Order: sequence, then C-alpha cells, then structure tokens
Amino acid sequence: MTNHWGDVANSDCMLVIGGNPAENHPAAFGHITKALERGATLINVDPRFTRTSAKAHIYGQMRSGTDIAFVGGIIKWVLDDMEKNPGNYNMTYVKKYTNAELKIDPNFQGADELDGLFSGYAGSHNETDNAKRKYNKDTWQYQMITDGNGKVVPDKDETLQDPNCVFQILKQHYARYNADTVCDIIGMPKDIFLKICETYAATSKPGKAGTIMYAMGTTQHTCGTQVVRSYALLQLLLGNIGICGGGVNAMRGESNVQGSTDMCLLAHILPGYLAQPVRTDVDVDTYVSANRPKVAKTSTQTWFNDDSLSLDWWKNYKKYIVSLLAAWYGPDVKNNIDKYFNYLPKVVSWSNHYHIALFEAMYAGNIKGLMCWGQNPAVGGPNANMERKALENLDWLVAVDLWETETAAFWKRPGVNPSDIQTEVFMLPAAASFEKEGSVTNSGRWMQWRYKALNPPGEAEHDLWIINQIMTRVKNLYRTQGGKLAEAIAAVTWDYGDDPDPKQVAREVNGYDLTTGKLVASFGGLKEDGTTSSGNWLYCGSYVEEASLDAFEKAHLNQMFPGPDYIGNRATRRWVVDVANGGYTAADGYREVGLYSYWSWCWPINRRIIYNRAAVDLDGVPWDSEHPVIAWVDGKWVGDVPDGGAAPMNQGGYKAFIMKAEGLGRLFGMERADGPLPEHYEPWESPVDNLMSSQQWDPAFTLWDSPENTRSEATVYPYVCTTYRLVEHWQAGQMTRNLPWLVEMQPEVFVEISEELAAEKGISNGEEAIVENARGSVRAVALVTKRFKPFRMNGRTIHQVGLPWHWGYTGLSTGDSANVLTPHVGDANTMIPEYKAFLCNVRKA
Amino acid sequence: MGEKAILYDGSKCTACRGCQAACKQWNDLSGEKTTNRGSYENPADLSVDTWLKMEFKEVSRNGNGSVAWLFNRRSCMHCTDAGCVTVCPTGALYHHELGFVAYDKGLCSGCGYCLEACPFDVPRRSGNTITGAGKMDKCTFCQDRVTQGLEPACVKSCPPGALSFGERGELLTQADKRVRALKAVRDPVTGEALYPNATLYGNTQLDGLHVLYVLPDSIDKYDTLPASPKVSDIVIAWQKYLQPLGYGVVGAVALGLLINYMVARARMIQEKEGK
Repeated sequence: MTNHWGDVANSDCMLVIGGNPAENHPAAFGHITKALERGATLINVDPRFTRTSAKAHIYGQMRSGTDIAFVGGIIKWVLDDMEKNPGNYNMTYVKKYTNAELKIDPNFQGADELDGLFSGYAGSHNETDNAKRKYNKDTWQYQMITDGNGKVVPDKDETLQDPNCVFQILKQHYARYNADTVCDIIGMPKDIFLKICETYAATSKPGKAGTIMYAMGTTQHTCGTQVVRSYALLQLLLGNIGICGGGVNAMRGESNVQGSTDMCLLAHILPGYLAQPVRTDVDVDTYVSANRPKVAKTSTQTWFNDDSLSLDWWKNYKKYIVSLLAAWYGPDVKNNIDKYFNYLPKVVSWSNHYHIALFEAMYAGNIKGLMCWGQNPAVGGPNANMERKALENLDWLVAVDLWETETAAFWKRPGVNPSDIQTEVFMLPAAASFEKEGSVTNSGRWMQWRYKALNPPGEAEHDLWIINQIMTRVKNLYRTQGGKLAEAIAAVTWDYGDDPDPKQVAREVNGYDLTTGKLVASFGGLKEDGTTSSGNWLYCGSYVEEASLDAFEKAHLNQMFPGPDYIGNRATRRWVVDVANGGYTAADGYREVGLYSYWSWCWPINRRIIYNRAAVDLDGVPWDSEHPVIAWVDGKWVGDVPDGGAAPMNQGGYKAFIMKAEGLGRLFGMERADGPLPEHYEPWESPVDNLMSSQQWDPAFTLWDSPENTRSEATVYPYVCTTYRLVEHWQAGQMTRNLPWLVEMQPEVFVEISEELAAEKGISNGEEAIVENARGSVRAVALVTKRFKPFRMNGRTIHQVGLPWHWGYTGLSTGDSANVLTPHVGDANTMIPEYKAFLCNVRKA
Repeated sequence: MGEKAILYDGSKCTACRGCQAACKQWNDLSGEKTTNRGSYENPADLSVDTWLKMEFKEVSRNGNGSVAWLFNRRSCMHCTDAGCVTVCPTGALYHHELGFVAYDKGLCSGCGYCLEACPFDVPRRSGNTITGAGKMDKCTFCQDRVTQGLEPACVKSCPPGALSFGERGELLTQADKRVRALKAVRDPVTGEALYPNATLYGNTQLDGLHVLYVLPDSIDKYDTLPASPKVSDIVIAWQKYLQPLGYGVVGAVALGLLINYMVARARMIQEKEGK
C-alpha cells in the first residue's frame, strides 16, 4: 500500500476492484466501514456480486480480465472532462508532480497507431516465438536536452500542447477507450460505467480523496502489472497519490505477504527490492549501474539523473547492496567488496526462476530437489495436475508445514500408485504463528512484533529454528567437504547459536555500524565502503540503540516498549493514541488523520503515507486542509515523516517523487516489458476477439508449450471462469479444512452459476456439476445465484462462472482443486499466474 | 444496573461468520457435518450445537436486474415477553436482572415446552423425546461472560463492528441514529435513496427484545423476523389456566398417592399384626 489500512477511513470514495475485502480481508473491512460511516462512497467492480458488493453503493459487473479497458475508459472520461471542467482538477499536481509535461522521442508510436502494439516490438501481431515477444524500448524515452545550467534533462512543454509530450500521447492513446467500446469489451451496462466515472472522478477536487484498493483479481493476469499501472495513472491524474485517503493500495492476502516481498521471497530481487544479480554483473559497480533507476536509456546510451532538483533516492543503491553483503559476509566485505559480491548466485535471467518456470523445469526433469516451505502448490499452483506430476520427477521433497499438505502427500494422491513414485518425502512439522516470536509486516508496511503464546505441539519447531539447523549443517558440510563455490557458503556469517533469537535477526536486518558495533539509526547512515551492514535497507531504523530513539520515545520508554529486552525494537511499539511523528498531538495542531506514528514501525523510516510530498502544493501547504499528511510550518515539516526532508519546491526543495530518477510520477513509463502505457488485451483464454486491436494477447508474456498446458478453445469451452477465496477458508486450505467449525460453514467445493446459464444447462441449485476444460475437470456443487449475471456485450451474451480454489485431497474436508483448470501462463512482468481468467465448460454431473 | 442488549447492524455485517465460529468456540459446541445445499448458509438450521447462525438471502432489486445480498443474524432474541420463560415448568429459563433470558441447564427437565412457545423458533432439544431424557439448548447471552463484565463472544469477534454490546437504552439511541443515517444515503449521481426502507427491529416487539437489529431493508425481506411476533394464545392459556390447573392435578394426584400409601400401609400393618 502507498497508504495504510487505518488511512482508508479518511477516503471519500473507495474503488475496490480485483479484490473482495469483505471476504478476504474481513478484519480490515472495519476500516472501510469507518469510511462508510463518515459518508464515503464505496464502488465495487467485480465479475460477481460478492460480500463486498453487498456493502457497496455502486456495483459494476465486469468480465474477468478486462480491467485495463475499464480503467482506460475512466481515464478517457477524466481526460475529456479535464478539458471541459479544468477547474475540477488539480492541474498543478498533474504538471509539476507527474511527467505530463515531458516530451517523448518523436519516433515513438503508440498502440493507437500500430494496431495494439507500441514501437520497437520484435515480432509481428500475435507473435508466438518467445524470442520475438519483446520490445526494444529505444523510442519510449524522453527527449534529452541540455538546460540553461548545462544539465542534461528531459525536454518539456509546460503548455501540455506539444504532440510529443506525455499528456498529449496519453490523450491520443486513450481516445479509443470511449464508453461504448469499453462497455462492449467489459460487459458493464453503460449507465453504470458512466456513473462510476463521474463518481470516482469527483475525487479530483482538492480536499477530496479517492483510493483504489485491489488484490489478486488485479494482478493474476497476463497483463496484471499493467492493470496496476493503469490505477497509478488514474490516481496521478486525479491528484490522489500521496494524500490521506488516497493511494494505490494492494490488499495483501496474508498477514506477512508484504514482509515476505520486502525480504525477497521472489525470484527477481534481493532484500529491499535490490535486483537479483545476473551473469553480466561482473562487479558491484556494473551491477549498480545496470540497476539504478535512470532518466532514460536506449540500446546505446544511458542518462542518469543530472537534475539537482530531483533527489533520485536510488543514487544510494550501492550503499544498500554493499551493506547487504556486509550483513551476509561480515566486516571483511570492506576489504574486497567485489569478491563478496561475486559470491552471490547470478542468474541468466530471473524469469527462469519464478513459480511457473520452476515447475516447468521440474516437469522436464531438470530440478531434482524441492523445499516447499509453508506452500502447497499441489492445490495452490496453476495447472495443478501438471504441477503434481512435476513433483514425481523429484528425487527428494521437503515439506515444512503445520499439516500433511496435498504437496507432501502427492505420492499417494487419488489416481496414482505410490510404488511408481520414487521421490523421497521429508515432512518437517512447523510451529503456527502464535507458537513463535517474530515480526510480520502488513499491507500498510507496518512491521508488527508478535509474541509466542504457547509451545508448538510434538516435534514442531519455529521456522527460524529449522532454517538455522539446516544452514548450520550445510555450512559445515561445505567447509569440511567442499563443493561448487564452497567459499560462498562457508564464508557466510551465521552466528545464531542453537536456539536463534528473532530479535538478533531483527537487529541484523536493521544493520550495524561495523566500526562501532552499534545499530545503525537510519538508512541515511549506510555506507558504500563496507563499514556498515544492513540485511534490508528499507528496515533500517526499525531496531535502534536507545540513544538513537527520538525525544518522544525516550520520554515514554517504559510504556513504549514491552520490556528492557525490547527497547529500541520499534516493531513492538503499541502507542494507542493517534500522534504524529515527533509525538505531536491534537493540542499541538495535529489533525488526527490516523497516522498513529508510534504504533509499531513502518518502512521507510516510519513514513505512513509514501510519496507524501505530493500531498502539498509547491509552498508546502496541504491540498486538503482537513486531512493534511504533512505541512510546512515555520520552516519545518509537521505530520508524517516527509518523503525526503528538503523544503517545499518553491523554496528550492526536491521534486515530489524521490524514487524516480527524474523526480516525477510516471504517467508514461519506460520500464515494463509490454508497453509504456496500459493497453487492453484479452486473457490467454478468452471467448471473444480483442475489440481494441488485432493484438489478441499481451505481447510479452512467455508462452509455455509443454504437453499438459493445452489452451482451451472457446468453441469447446465457451464460458469464462475465475477462481477466488472464501472467508471461511485459508489459501490451499490446510489450516481451515481441518477445523470442524469452518468445514461446517463451507463443507464442499462449489461452482457459482447464473440462473440463466443454469437454466440453459438444466442444472438445479444444489446439484452436482462438472466444470472442465482442456487441462482438467472439477466436480462441484452448483450454487445457482442471482449474483452472477450473463454479460451482454457487443451484441453477444457471455457467461461467466467461478469457483473457490481451497480444496484438495487431504484433510477433514476434501474435494477437487479448482487449480486443475488454471493455465500455466503468467504476467509479462511479474510472471504471476493467470488464475483469474480462463475458459471452461459446465455440465450436469 | 440497566438492561443490556446486543445490537446487530445488518448494514455493516459482511456475513464473515466470525460470530458463528466464536459462539461455538466459547460454548464448546461441536462442528456439524453439513453439505453445501446451493448456498453459503450452513448449518441448515439452529441446533443444540448451533446457537447462532447467519442467514443469506439474495433479493432482486428495483426490477432492473440488480441484486442485494441480505445477511441476518439468527439466534435467541432474549425477549421481555418471553414465551419460553412463561412455559418453563422448572424455572430453568428465567429473566436475568440484566434483561436477557438466562438458562440454568441443570434445572431443565427437557420437556420441550419452550420450543413450542418461542415465536422465533429458536430453542432446540437434544436427547430422546420418549424417555424424556433430554436438555434444551439456546444462546445464553454468554451469561458466563457478561456477568463478568465481558461482551458476548459473538460481539467480541465481529471484525466490521456490526455487533455491539451495551446498555439497551444507549444501543436503541445508536440504532435509531444509524437507521436515520442509512435512510439519508443517496446514490452519488442520481440522488436516489439507497436504503429507503432501512428499519429498526426489536425495540417494541414482545415488549422489547434484547437483541436489536438495524436492517438495511424492510422487515418483510427477512424470513425469520416476524414483523409482530406473538407469544401464542396457547402459551398464554398454559400460563393462565392450564398451569394452575396442572398444579391442581399434580396436587390431587399427590394427595391420592398419599391416601393410597396410608391405606396400604395401614393394611400392611394390620396384616403383620394379624399373623
């Protein structure tokens, strides 16, 4: 989240799309309720009328996988309205905080000119050769000029009239996204679509705030990243980024998904969003220069920031990677940074190492061992039949979990003969969340400490204990017996003893000044020479020396921290009064906007709302005087921790978006694989042709041609299908399908079908139905409902059905897994599987 | 101490059923074996193991294809004019000084009269009807919690704040305010009222329930909420006439038995002495 859960209550209009918080974030829904009590409007857009829709003022039904067309339609409405009613928009924000004024290479051609593709595409329309499914981005770059001060910066047109400026490119790109075309694509009644446009666009007025809240319904598409881009673009145009009650807010589906992302449980990054090194990164400087954000970059030339008014925070990239190396390899790093940098595993391309790619490699027999830690891909993975079969090719599998998951039991699953499977399976029982101490980081980036309530049963152990045992032994084996690049493992700092203390790990994550041995107070103190360490630069400041605490913390030391062992561990703070940074209260003029700055700690440096420099005008005066995030008062910032500490822009301070090299929010973005602007494409499996262009699918995702990943054709499988979760069950189901109280409430897998489709297929409510496609088949109870309606679009009727994906073949409640139906294709940028839109047929069982 | 109540706000409820699970957890009730019957709703009915359940109902709205999904809380209403208390022959069901209908399971004879007397069809009975070896069960208002100053388990668990617990009078004021606020909610574009039929339930029914409802739609949309619930005439007749008569019958029987015993005893003594 750019903002945080509590801040939702400040919103005037909540657009919940690709998410179902009433179902999947039941506790957090209380914040939405608070906003509703204040008079906020809730808009919910979803293929199905959900528990969230039941609480919404406006519900818009949209076919799965058409989010970009939907948001594109709103953006087009906003751009048109900006011309008609400029007074309703914050044009200073658009001009000064986004790249609207900046000029793009005149050779750039957009999807409007090239029939759905952008300039630089290697292949032709609907290319199937993966090698050609990519862009050369040379024409997507700013026009770079030398300004009056001799600095090389992007050219701009402050009137926004130049045909090459981003604003005009935007208008041209979105000209095609008129309401009629959009509604023919998404299947929403036009009056409802226009009502949503008008309602949401009203948040553009200064003093009003709109938030976009999304979850997996947004991301689990071949174009998921571009859907999120479209949200960011709309929010920038409406001036909704950085302000209270605004933002682009990912509702994380597990208590610690944000934390696991921050700590790099993903293929493409190291902790703190530092890039995973690749083979060509021969030394740390090459790596930093390859990964540090740039203003512009073509095949032949690179422009780093040269503008003194852009803070370009990532210029500190080297400090963070070197401090990470020092956290992993100790004080000797300062003597030879490159030696230790080259100990890091390097990949040809990280895209060979994400979930789908790993299972493709397993299926092909190229991966022989798997540690499956708190994960159950036999239920949760896409194309689950294929992934279960892939597990058979393993020599060994280690499953670390609370229960015997379907993955751990894959060798005795229905339909296989255990004696045919040679995989050796080890089960390590793990402690549940309340049986161990440590931190979790929630959607709002709040790192919250929690404590052990009771001992785990039997032989179950804390994950930290398990990894410590394994790593200690592995390290010893490399030291004594050698192996491939043994030194890289043998040299790792690993000093947690027999019973590791999570606080020690948290301190290591924060980092030390290796010269003094003291905890680093903030990432401002990290150095690039190897004399400081930090396991994750973003968490620097989370665990500090008592001397580094601020005056407010020192004044309330005993109430602020739970005991002497925890002083300085800011994740343990539980200050229940809403005070701003520095301890400012209502009596000091703080407007109590829910910052709760001394409840837990959030990255970066306890900034509750990121990009908050965009919440004020060029003089530092809040756009919204009722809900100010920060304000420049008597020569200093009050409120939240400001994004970069400098003065307001009119007093020489930095541009608002300090994480971008040019300091501006990117309406036009150069870094994505599949285009600089979001363009509508159909899902890999769709019942219709793309109405927007001849390019049917997103042009840059990887096509896998393995034999069991057959594409379902609309002629045989005519219905759109989607998958989702229920509040009563949790993910792949092991934690809930074994609990009688929850099984009682949702005992069986079901498929939700509209009354119209059920009548057509002769299926009655409560009967068994078969949902099937080219990859698998699911037997499910038919839940015939008014909450799914057929889409009337472009003169056709399209049906959609949906089913929860929690079930599998072990546990108290068993049933077919919906993921036997989902395809092995993923997003062009993140590779997340397309769980949310595919084709199926439904028939009476 | 004033009367306590639970306020259920159906406009805030997301039917997550945290309350349903919390009720089972606190009261040590088993999970029932269920099947999906073409609905999210389960178990099918209240039972001795299910004292609280959430109901789901899909309703077409405005005739234009749009739909509403109404949620409702089904459990003991803790009536002031409580039929169950009226008919209970053993005093197992009684009015607690905090207003709710308390239950002393040890006193329950399992007669089942309360089942017949409840206008909301709430109590359920376990055991064998022929031998009479049974016990009744229903929501106890978490008597063991509220008498210790805690809120009922369902209220404690409610994430969106749809359930509140407190002084009945204060909750009524709160509920009334909420209904007025709901009636004022308008479509942001057309200005049409979105909850014109929002209503309060439980303020007057049966001289006042101790579970109050804020409903986003009219009462007739809710199948298990009768607009004017009544304790049946039979129950009233039971209380006024049959029960006193019953006591008379019991007394007469006892007297008869006593006379019988005395006569028999006298005869036994005579026989003994005559030997």
